[in-house]
Formats: sequence, C-alpha cells, structure tokens
Amino acid sequence: MAYNQYILICGGTGCESSKADDIYCNILDELDKVGARADVQVVKTGCFGFCEKGPIVKVLPDEAFYVEVKPEDAAELVAEHIVKGRAVERLLYKEDESKQHAKIDDISFYQKQFRVVLRNCGFINPENIEEYIARDGYLALEKALTEMSGDDVIAELEKAGLRGRGGAGFPTFKKWLFTKQVESDQKYVVCNADEGDPGAYMDRSVLEGDPHSVLEAMAIAGYTVGADRGYIYIRAEYPLAIRRLEKAIKDATEMGLLGKNILGTDFSFDIEIRLGAGAFVCGEETALLASIEGERGMPRPRPPFPAVKGLWQKPTVINNVETWANIPVIITRGGDWFSKIGNGPSTGTKVFALTGKIRNSGLVEVPMGTPLRDIIYNIGGGIPDGKAFKAVQTGGPSGGVITADNIDVPIDFEHLKELGSIMGSGGMIVMDEDDCMLDVAKFYLEFTVEESCGKCAPCRVGGRKLHTILEDISKGKGKPEHLDQIAEIGQAMQRASLCGLGQTAPNPALSVIKYFREEIEAHINEQTCPAGVCKDLVQYFILPDKCIGCTLCARRCPVNVISGERKQPHEIDQDGCIKCGECFNACKFGAVVRR
Amino acid sequence: MATHAPEKVTLPDELLSFVEEWRDKPGNLIMVLHKMQQIYGYIPRAEALELARVMDVPLAKIYGVITFYHYFKLKKPGKNKIQVCMGTACYLKGGQDLIDEIENLIGIGVNQTTEDDVFSMESVRCVGCCGLAPVVMVNDEVYGKLKKGDLPEILAKHRGES
Repeated sequence: MAYNQYILICGGTGCESSKADDIYCNILDELDKVGARADVQVVKTGCFGFCEKGPIVKVLPDEAFYVEVKPEDAAELVAEHIVKGRAVERLLYKEDESKQHAKIDDISFYQKQFRVVLRNCGFINPENIEEYIARDGYLALEKALTEMSGDDVIAELEKAGLRGRGGAGFPTFKKWLFTKQVESDQKYVVCNADEGDPGAYMDRSVLEGDPHSVLEAMAIAGYTVGADRGYIYIRAEYPLAIRRLEKAIKDATEMGLLGKNILGTDFSFDIEIRLGAGAFVCGEETALLASIEGERGMPRPRPPFPAVKGLWQKPTVINNVETWANIPVIITRGGDWFSKIGNGPSTGTKVFALTGKIRNSGLVEVPMGTPLRDIIYNIGGGIPDGKAFKAVQTGGPSGGVITADNIDVPIDFEHLKELGSIMGSGGMIVMDEDDCMLDVAKFYLEFTVEESCGKCAPCRVGGRKLHTILEDISKGKGKPEHLDQIAEIGQAMQRASLCGLGQTAPNPALSVIKYFREEIEAHINEQTCPAGVCKDLVQYFILPDKCIGCTLCARRCPVNVISGERKQPHEIDQDGCIKCGECFNACKFGAVVRR
Repeated sequence: MATHAPEKVTLPDELLSFVEEWRDKPGNLIMVLHKMQQIYGYIPRAEALELARVMDVPLAKIYGVITFYHYFKLKKPGKNKIQVCMGTACYLKGGQDLIDEIENLIGIGVNQTTEDDVFSMESVRCVGCCGLAPVVMVNDEVYGKLKKGDLPEILAKHRGES
C-alpha cells in the first residue's frame, strides 16, 4: 500500500511523558473520522532530539515541524493539514520572528548536526524490525557473516579508528582483538547500557529509537571474537527502552537474525537482558560484570582485563551503547568512510545531551572536533533570558568545566583532555552567571561520594574528605590552605583509586579551582558567594529608597520575617530569614537585593 | 536462635514461577529481586527470608545485594511515590527548591513516608527528561518545567486519587 503522507510522532521518553501516546491515538481516531487512514501512515518513532519543544510531530513530505503539540490538537492537525493541505500555523516551529515556519532542514538546531549514531532515531518505528531492515538494517551482519572473516571485521574497525564512547575512548578494535586472541571454550559479548551520568540520556534514546542497531552490532562482535552469548545490562529506570529491546530481540530471533544458525550459517548468537539497580559504579566495566553475575557491583583490579577474564572469568567484549550503534555503519560503508568524519585521532561523531541553561535543550550529534561555540550558539541557540554564558561541564561527575575562554576549542578526546575535562558519555551541562561553580563541584562530589562502592580507601575516604572541605567553604568556614589540600587529596585519588569512579571523582573540584579560582577564593577570603547561590553566604536586603511598600514580598515570605506598613519601606529580619529568595523573585521594583 | 525470627510466609505463585524460570540461569538473584519489588513495592524481610530458602542462597547475600543498589527499597513506600529528579540539569534549575517545597506542603523529607501512607518522597538521579527540567514524577506520571507554585495542585490531584 502506498501512502501519500506520513505523520511522525516522537515517542522518546521526554515526549512520551508529555502525552505523545495520546497524540498518536487521537491522530489515528481523527484520520478514521475523515476516512484518510489508508492514505496516511502514522509512525511513533524514537527521539527527534529537540526535547526542548516536545512533543514534536512531523508531517512528510511537506516537512512541517510541529512543536509542543497537545493531544487535543490532533483534530485540527488532521482537518487542516491532512484534509485541506494547510499547515497549522500556530503549532509550527518558529525559530525567531524573521524565520517563520522553518522546514526541518532549515532549522538551526539540525543544520550543524551529522547523524551516524542517530541515523534511524526519529525516522523509523523502533518496534518494527522491517522498517530497520528497509534502512539497510542487518545488512552489516549479513556482510560480516558471508564475506568477512573475524580478522577482516577487526581490520575495518581499526581503519575506522572507532574509540569507546562510554568515556575513556579506548580503541574498540583492540578490545575485540584481545578477546578474539584468547583461547576459551566460552566467550561473551556485553552491552553497557547503565547510563548513570546524571544529565545524560544518549544511550537511552538510541535504545528507544533504534534498538536493532545495537543487537546487530553485538551479533557481529559475537561472530568476530567467537562468542555465542550476549548480555545487555540496562538501567531498570528505563522501562520504555527495556520494552523496546525485548520486542526487538524477540522479532530478530523470529526472523532468524538472532538465535540458532543465523542467516543459514553455522553462527549462533543469543542476547539476554539484565537489569541494573541504580548503582553508578556499575557503569565501570568490571563492576558491571559483577552485577550481571548477581553480586554487589564492585569493581575488580585490572589487569586481567575483561577481554581476558571477564564475565564468569571468560573473555568478554564490553562496549557502550553508542559505540555499538556505530558498528553496523562502519561495516556497511567501510572504515575509510568513517575515519574521514571527525578530527584526527577522534574519528566519527559524538552524541551529546545538551541541557541546563540553554535555549534548545536536547540530543545533538556532531562530528568530533566541532567547536563548542557551534554546539552552544548555533545548535543550542545560546543562553536563555539574556544571561551570560559561564561554563559547560562535560563528562558529568568524572569531567570538568570548559569556560568562555575556550569556547572555540574543538570538542574531541584530545582537546578535552588538554583542558582537564573528559569526553565522558556525552553529558553537556550549560551553566550561566547565576550558577556557583563551587556549588556545582559540591553537587558532583556529593554524587560520587554517595555512589562510591567503598571497596578502596582513596575513593571512599578521599571523596568524603573533599566533600567536607567544599561544604566548609560554601558555609564560609573555608581556609586558604584548603585549596592546596583539595589538590593533594585529588591527586592521591587519581593515582590510587581502584576504578574509574574514584580516579575521576576529584576532576570537577580540580577543574573548578583551575578555571574559577577567584570565585572559590571569594568564598574563602571574603565569605561571599558571587553568584548568590551558597545560602550561608548570602543575605537579602530591601533598599528603602526603591521599596514602595506593595507588601508582595511580605505576603510571599514563608517564614513571615518581612515587616513594614503598607506604602512604607519594608525590612527583613535577618535572624529569621531562611534565604529562600522568594522576596527577591517576587519584587517587581528591584528593591530586594542579594549580597 | 534469633529472637526476632519473622513469621513464615508463602510467596505468591507469580514470584515462584519466575524463580523457576530463572533457576538455572547464572546470576539470577538481581532479576528475581526486581520481580519481588515489582510485586510488593519493596523487599519485605519475611518474604526475603522465604526467598532465600526457595532459592537456596543465604539471606545475608540477599541483604548484601539490596543494600548495595539504590533501586531496592527496604521500607514500604507510600501509596503515591513522589520522585524528585536531582540530576544535574534539574539541580541547576531548582530541584532542591521543589524538595523543600514538598517538605513544606506535606511535612516529609527525602526517603520518608507521610503518617497516613499517602505519599512518600525520594530524590532520584536523572529520569532522562532533562529537556523538561526541573522534573517531578508521581507514580508513573512525569511533571516537567515545574515551579514551586505548581506543586499543591499536583499533590492534591494524587491525594484525591488515592
């Protein structure tokens, strides 16, 4: 059956939670009512990436891009766009006043993006294996099984220069090669989908939007290294991704693309899902393997590396979701093609979850080496509410900050390392002038302290100690020698911790001291928080000459410590003030100030 | 002998058949515990003891696992589970203010349950809707781009439904 038009509805978690499912059902109902169901295909796809404006509905071939759609808009969309062929102006995305009704390709958010990993996200129905196959899905597996040896596959990965997207950037071909070289009666393939970095959701979107790409890649790895069993270790907090993976595994097995004698060859491969249970440390590969084994997820010393002794002491290839999603394309289009994307030794693309104080929050995929400025201003649309850009945190709790001075630095493994940050899994949190860098470092340390498994002392004790120091500084109890102490403890943790969690936990604190030393020193020497975030160092005052006595602040104050007669200047009783900032936010005359 | 031995309980068929299905698979304990928490909403002690017997693993191992992973709860949650996201994006956009306001409104802090069992609150690290920050989830419903002032209505709605 040929369709004249296609309606694509974003079915990622962000949009689903904004009722994308109801939009889908309502659109089907409306199409039924006007008798157009046979002419229009309605598809619930994976994430479009433009989460800021969700839920999003695309109509093709007209390239109409509808944003912030509500379930009750379905009737108008069908009656106007589908039946009468007139776009619904009020729902179309408008970039700014001058550029109205941008077509999808013209939208700045998408213009600088280059989609390899997310090639199918937002185009296909992730629950339909045939749509994946129609876009060259499982072609790479067929090619590997029928035309390539294991060594050929590894050679192609080496040519591509693919490096692990989970954080460390280790060459993927080496992991596979080491595993292949070990003699063993049993080997395993593992997918790390334990995306625990707060503020990052690339892997979830890939699994929700294109689950088959990961299954296909795992099967290719199984064939290459000689494994017949794969495990996907995924966070229990991702129910939608789990459901779609389960369906994908079932469909692929039924079609003979997984299971016994795949595509009629003597290669067999099964995949099983194992659920994580909310432990950040399980993103570390040896801890993850312990968790699959049903144990407390504590890391083991390396070597031996998982490639030699991994799951149940057997050789194991373990890669992260985004790495897996790259592999089918590398096999079908070739390592040479892939290696031309990117910047020097950082080949290919990287997906980032762009969040925080940014106008277009969402999921973006850019070639490695794209300058940060392009990501923040061209794709992200800059900082909202006219505020000034302050810094970007990459690599989450293991990374560091990039400041305005370095905004033209190309984003790739090498340059981020030079700046004292890391690529990490791809979280990119934008901060503006209102964010206190000390508070941000404290936030990340609180997280790593809570998530430390406690096995080794540098991480368990060092992290706690660092956090206590930052806490003291934020309360005005900082001492000048604290800065040296942070550096000393941080260095010990980096050198002596057992796994990546402890080795990288001091990074946010060290990075903030490096780039925002003055701001931290203001906390220590002047007992002030320049951004006005650290509550113990902030006081609110009412300027008598600006206060007109409207009483709004007094009414908003939750602890009733603002007094004053109507039409007379008010006053805050500092002893009772809890520094919630309600008065500051409420005042329309700029009479409440924060110092 | 322990003086506080919990009373003997029987596990529901749904759980027992799940245990059977997974019995021969290595590393099955965490998957079985997920099922248990799905049924009870937490891991009750008496049932954990019975599970230890059925699966032939020490109770200490079960407690070792459930105390290691944040996802497993040892205490029964309220009828409505409030989860305030404290991932980085939500934190920067005022996640803590939402926790404080909920505490103001219903008098419970993080990891506490109201006396009438209607609400319990926890803070979670990233529900993956960073574009909607700050986010609060009540049961399975996600509320995004929240302001403190939105909370009374949301809580009232769920109080009414319970």
